[in-house]
Amino acid sequence: MLVDSILNHYPKEKDYVIEILLDVQKEKEDNFISQEEVKKIAYYLDTTESHVCSVLSFYTLLSTKPRGKNIIQVCKDVPCYVRDDFNLLKTVKDFLGVNFNETTTDRIFTLETTACIGCCDEAPVMRINDRVYKNLTKDKAIKILKEYRGNDY
Amino acid sequence: MEQILLSKRFNKIDPYSIKDYLKSNGYQILREALKMKPKEILDEIKLSKIVGRGGAGFPTAIKMAGIKNETDKKYIVCNADEGEPGNFKDRHLMEKDPHSIIEGMIISAYTIGAYHGYIYIRGEYDTAIDIMKNAIEEARNNNFLGKNILQSEFSFNIEVRRGAGAYICGEEFALIESIEGKPGRTRVKPPYPSQAGIFNYPTLINNVETFCNLPIILDMGGKAYAELGSDYISGTKLISLSGNVKKPGLYEVPYGTTIKQVIEELGGGVDQGRNLKMIQLGGACGPIIPRNLIDMDIDNERFEIFDSKMGAGAIIVMDDRFDLFDIIHRNMKFFEHESCGKCMPCREGHRQVVTLIEKFVHYNATEDDLHSLKSLVDVIHETTLCGLGQTSIASILSTMTFFNEDYQRRIEDSKRKSETLW
Ligand SMILES: Cc1cc2nc3c(=O)[nH]c(=O)nc-3n(C[C@H](O)[C@H](O)[C@H](O)COP(=O)(O)O)c2cc1C
Ligand code: SF4
Ligand code: FES
Repeated sequence: MLVDSILNHYPKEKDYVIEILLDVQKEKEDNFISQEEVKKIAYYLDTTESHVCSVLSFYTLLSTKPRGKNIIQVCKDVPCYVRDDFNLLKTVKDFLGVNFNETTTDRIFTLETTACIGCCDEAPVMRINDRVYKNLTKDKAIKILKEYRGNDY
Repeated sequence: MEQILLSKRFNKIDPYSIKDYLKSNGYQILREALKMKPKEILDEIKLSKIVGRGGAGFPTAIKMAGIKNETDKKYIVCNADEGEPGNFKDRHLMEKDPHSIIEGMIISAYTIGAYHGYIYIRGEYDTAIDIMKNAIEEARNNNFLGKNILQSEFSFNIEVRRGAGAYICGEEFALIESIEGKPGRTRVKPPYPSQAGIFNYPTLINNVETFCNLPIILDMGGKAYAELGSDYISGTKLISLSGNVKKPGLYEVPYGTTIKQVIEELGGGVDQGRNLKMIQLGGACGPIIPRNLIDMDIDNERFEIFDSKMGAGAIIVMDDRFDLFDIIHRNMKFFEHESCGKCMPCREGHRQVVTLIEKFVHYNATEDDLHSLKSLVDVIHETTLCGLGQTSIASILSTMTFFNEDYQRRIEDSKRKSETLW
């Protein structure tokens, strides 16, 4: 089982819960932590499920709801905003046909916004899974999205 | 104007290669430091007059001395949570010269007698996380970390811990809670982390850039380092320059350089020949100042006139296409989202501030709204538990002084709009 093999990498110490949650979520096609997994993690760390849930719900990068295969995070903070003359968020929304915090019907993308991701020197930017795409133009953004979509057809 | 100390290895070495670092004098200063007494190292740091680079500007030597005397188990933490909009210096340091951070951490650990260290990196910094993990592994394989470092009596290890998307975890007690595997909510001070930090043991927390300065200080000597910079702050500063300038980027300058020099000489001035409207200093929690104040120096002391600090060294430039209230609105949405929820004035206050600012954005503001906004930001500033609430409203406090006519004009225009609607 996926969760078991990740748990075995970590000592049975409660302070590793965030590391474990990040790893479990990353390995999952639908990018979220299920109740079943919470139970296993709590059992392994000898803590309560409610403690694991309180951690899970506090941190923005962790999700309790199923999401798409690729998580797109568009930066919406000021340094990106003032260098974005084509409206990156709208471009992505229009391409995917979903609003933010929604998943496409083919479950390939979930669109989210993010606070600054420390790449303001190459704004505007978006993060897809664990890669940041910088200095975006409208054409560049669409090309990147097409490539992600293409991989799945 | 640039003075290159912290960024001397940038783009010159492969961050994945400890060999490159060793070839450029890497870990040489650690070797020397391990021959010194901890007290001698602390004296050099004291002489250097260095203050922390994470935003609050507290003298580093005082913090270290405060911990040194405690006996028990001690921890050291490198704060790499960098989440303040407009800041990217710590990412550059991690991605371009990771071993200098590790070297600074080992020297600090030896000085205060810590046995274990963490580097807490925000979860979005995937590349930096990968590079730091690799660097720690390489340092361990070369006995710069681990048992009996370089045949000395001293043993020390470092572990990477990832954040998971909460800006508040940059605040020191929220960070400690997060390392302990809990939601990142701050604790009431005192006791301070230097007294009771991680698992209640004394803990030294410093910013990435602060640690990187330590090998430089020992290399040139505290006295020579104190000569660098301005009358108020010693050393150089990494400046994250972003927004509407020709060349946004990371620049290293001595304290005492003016904001104008950074924007015009390094950043190439405002992009596309447009006019400068405003500059935000430090990031989303910093003041917004008008064009006529850019002759000001980059050092914390001068900013106390608006009860806020230079922060971690961000300069965000905005040209005159942008509306003041639109910018403030984005700042406040950020804090509304990032509030940890522990205290009411921050949790509820930011929600109300957002609503009030929206009235200004949409030309629906009245004189009464301005009064409410004023008293609300004072309450948030005065009564919140941690630095987030205490500084989040700097953009409003500063613009009420420097852009007062924008507030007045918006109220006038709102009135006109409502009259024509009748
Ligand atoms: C809301 C908030 C966020 C913070 N974020 C960071 C951060 O990302 N990095 C950092 O070094 N310090 C941050 N700080 C400051 C730390 O609490 C602390 O003062 C600093 O890490 C001490 O290191 P220094 O003395 O080297 O500056 C933050 C403070 C607050 C109130
Ligand atoms: S000021 Fe805000 S972030 Fe800080 S403790 Fe209070 S609610 Fe949490
Ligand atoms: S504001 Fe978008 S990366 Fe900083």
